[in-house]
Amino acid sequence: MSNQALLEVKELKQYFPIKGGVFGRTVNHVKAVDDISFTVNEGETVSIVGESGCGKSTTGRAILRLDNPYSGNVLFEGEDLISLSKAQMRKKRKDLQIIFQDPYASLNPRQTVSQILEEAMEIQSVVPRKDRRKKIQELLETVGIGAHQMDRYPHEFSGGQRQRIGIARALSVNPKLIVCDEAVSALDVSIQAQVLNLLKDLQRQFKLTYLFISHDLGVVRHISDRIIVMYLGKIVEIADKKALFDDPKHPYTQALLSAIPSTNIAEKKERIILKGDVPSPIDPPVGCRFHTRCPYAFERCAVEEPKLMNVGNGGFQQVACHLMDEQAK
Amino acid sequence: MNLTKEDKILEVKNLCTSFFTDEGEVKAVDGVDLSIEKGKTLGIVGESGSGKSITSLSILRLLQEPAGRIKEGEVIFKGEDLVKKTKKQMREIRGNNISMIFQEPMTSLNPTLTCGEQIAESIRIHQKLNKKKAWAKAVDMLKLVGIPSPEKRAKQYPFELSGGMRQRVMIAISLACNPELLIADEPTTALDVTIQAQILELIKNLQKELGTSLMIITHDLGVVAEMCDKVAVMYCGKVVEYADVKTIFTNPKHPYTIGLLNSVPKHDEDVEGDLSIIPGSVPNPFHLPEGCRFAPRCPHAKEICLTKLPHLEETFDGDKVRCWIHSEEWEKQGKAVNAHE
Ligand SMILES: Nc1ncnc2c1ncn2[C@@H]1O[C@H](COP(=O)(O)OP(=O)(O)OP(=O)(O)O)[C@@H](O)[C@H]1O
Ligand code: SF4
Ligand SMILES: [Mg+2]
Repeated sequence: MSNQALLEVKELKQYFPIKGGVFGRTVNHVKAVDDISFTVNEGETVSIVGESGCGKSTTGRAILRLDNPYSGNVLFEGEDLISLSKAQMRKKRKDLQIIFQDPYASLNPRQTVSQILEEAMEIQSVVPRKDRRKKIQELLETVGIGAHQMDRYPHEFSGGQRQRIGIARALSVNPKLIVCDEAVSALDVSIQAQVLNLLKDLQRQFKLTYLFISHDLGVVRHISDRIIVMYLGKIVEIADKKALFDDPKHPYTQALLSAIPSTNIAEKKERIILKGDVPSPIDPPVGCRFHTRCPYAFERCAVEEPKLMNVGNGGFQQVACHLMDEQAK
Repeated sequence: MNLTKEDKILEVKNLCTSFFTDEGEVKAVDGVDLSIEKGKTLGIVGESGSGKSITSLSILRLLQEPAGRIKEGEVIFKGEDLVKKTKKQMREIRGNNISMIFQEPMTSLNPTLTCGEQIAESIRIHQKLNKKKAWAKAVDMLKLVGIPSPEKRAKQYPFELSGGMRQRVMIAISLACNPELLIADEPTTALDVTIQAQILELIKNLQKELGTSLMIITHDLGVVAEMCDKVAVMYCGKVVEYADVKTIFTNPKHPYTIGLLNSVPKHDEDVEGDLSIIPGSVPNPFHLPEGCRFAPRCPHAKEICLTKLPHLEETFDGDKVRCWIHSEEWEKQGKAVNAHE
């Protein structure tokens, strides 16, 4: 791992229009991602966690420009991806790949595994045609699928194997960054463990950088170097793994961690149970977006939006919460 | 472990349920034994396809017939065998004695009725109350499951509610008839963790208050640890281990249970290096291994495991395990056959 930034996300916003009325005019916006900034260093695994609708996947998609962001910048090796033309961006996808939750939906059922991999290489023209067969064999062995299975179709594989095929496809163009969007969420735990080990192993082998999107904090603790916690389109905390799990500072991070049922039955912990539901991202609460559910909210939280600020002593930890100010006083 | 019949609300004995498809027979549930004590919670865990849901659907006699059929076994509920009941009798039992909550509340709620109407309807089917009284009770139920402004919510349709609220409504409906047994199949899997925490807390409190017995089906070992008294671990249609929750988590005995526990990445514990894994994957249901179903993946498997199916045997501490390791024959066996590293 280095301290060289590979990906820099700056003031990224993703607003989706809501059409209404007889003229189908934009009457409002879903503020799915609302002004977030973070950096991912080369060789690092940074995870984004949070509950459904907090903007995790939207962030991943905006970085790859699968949906063009509303505003902000995405610098990859210093180059702004947002300013690229469509054709240039397509070329860039050689460096930035994505793996989805449902491998089945993203694999063409009418193509064999080798055709799927071949097509990916063809689009990016990274491997000369004559070497492709050999490369396909290598790739499949790398992800733990016997090369003798290369002429089979996706439906002939199990969920875990299909996810391995998705990984092989992402690897086939020699990417630098892979966005894993709930990549192991649909798998049974015994298979999930296999795929997680594989991802770690590939990272070492190919010096990959991961942006890992997940709602499972167990998985995230295992795979990440740093973790971003999102709530309603905002980053509430970014920290090194150790700091985040040992000493979470944002009240939402604390509640999220304490809500996870633990298999440690010897040590029952007191649980923070949040009241109510996540508010709508169309009309998010003013001030701190978490104040409607926060057990510590005070007057300032309902009027002023807290900014991310450094709180780490030594390690890296940034928190957006007015309590940090109060405690510093 | 010497419980009399009266202590058990439900006892499943040698339950076998199969699906008959064009490709052949799927033994979805293959000789399952389990029981639930009054007022207690049984958890059923296991991988996708291990037969958890089909076990519960068989108990409730909600299988899609004729493709799915109970071939053998007994389901003793309060001393009577549900397998022998008529459809009509079962409908009554499902309305009055046993209720069920499913994973996706949206698909099990009626989209054309308000939440209040749905609860009131299920109350009126089973209790002789007039419309007005049933509505009042429906509002009470919504209040009981922690829905704010229940009078207002009762008049809303399911789509107007969040996922967590809808699951609360489902719980209200299933508890409206004061069931003695509640079967919950992945009740919180579709929910976010902070909402899951609310719902699990709610179920626990209601159980305490109403004395309901509970069967929870889940793939989440954390949920099991939080909620259950007893646990049945299933693999390929069979119970491979059945023990109290403490034993399962502190002294698991079946190699599959041990493998499962070790492969879960934990949010409250650091793992150095790689996760430990169970090699391979679940066998094809049409080509199940002959001996122990877990033998192809088991690091301890010996010759006998490949040829003979182990029984569910009680160990010294009351844990029930289906594995040859715990038999007298084991020591006489040769070397392990799977050379997994
Ligand atoms: N309608 C059906 N026709 C044929 N086979 C079926 C049918 N329903 C279930 N099965 C098979 O029965 C077996 C047990 O399925 P079941 O739904 O009980 O698994 P489960 O343990 O609940 O899994 P999950 O964790 O995915 O919910 C599986 O092999 C499944 O493929
Ligand atoms: S019976 Fe044999 S194969 Fe099956 S779990 Fe026990 S040791 Fe492993
Ligand atoms: Mg199921």
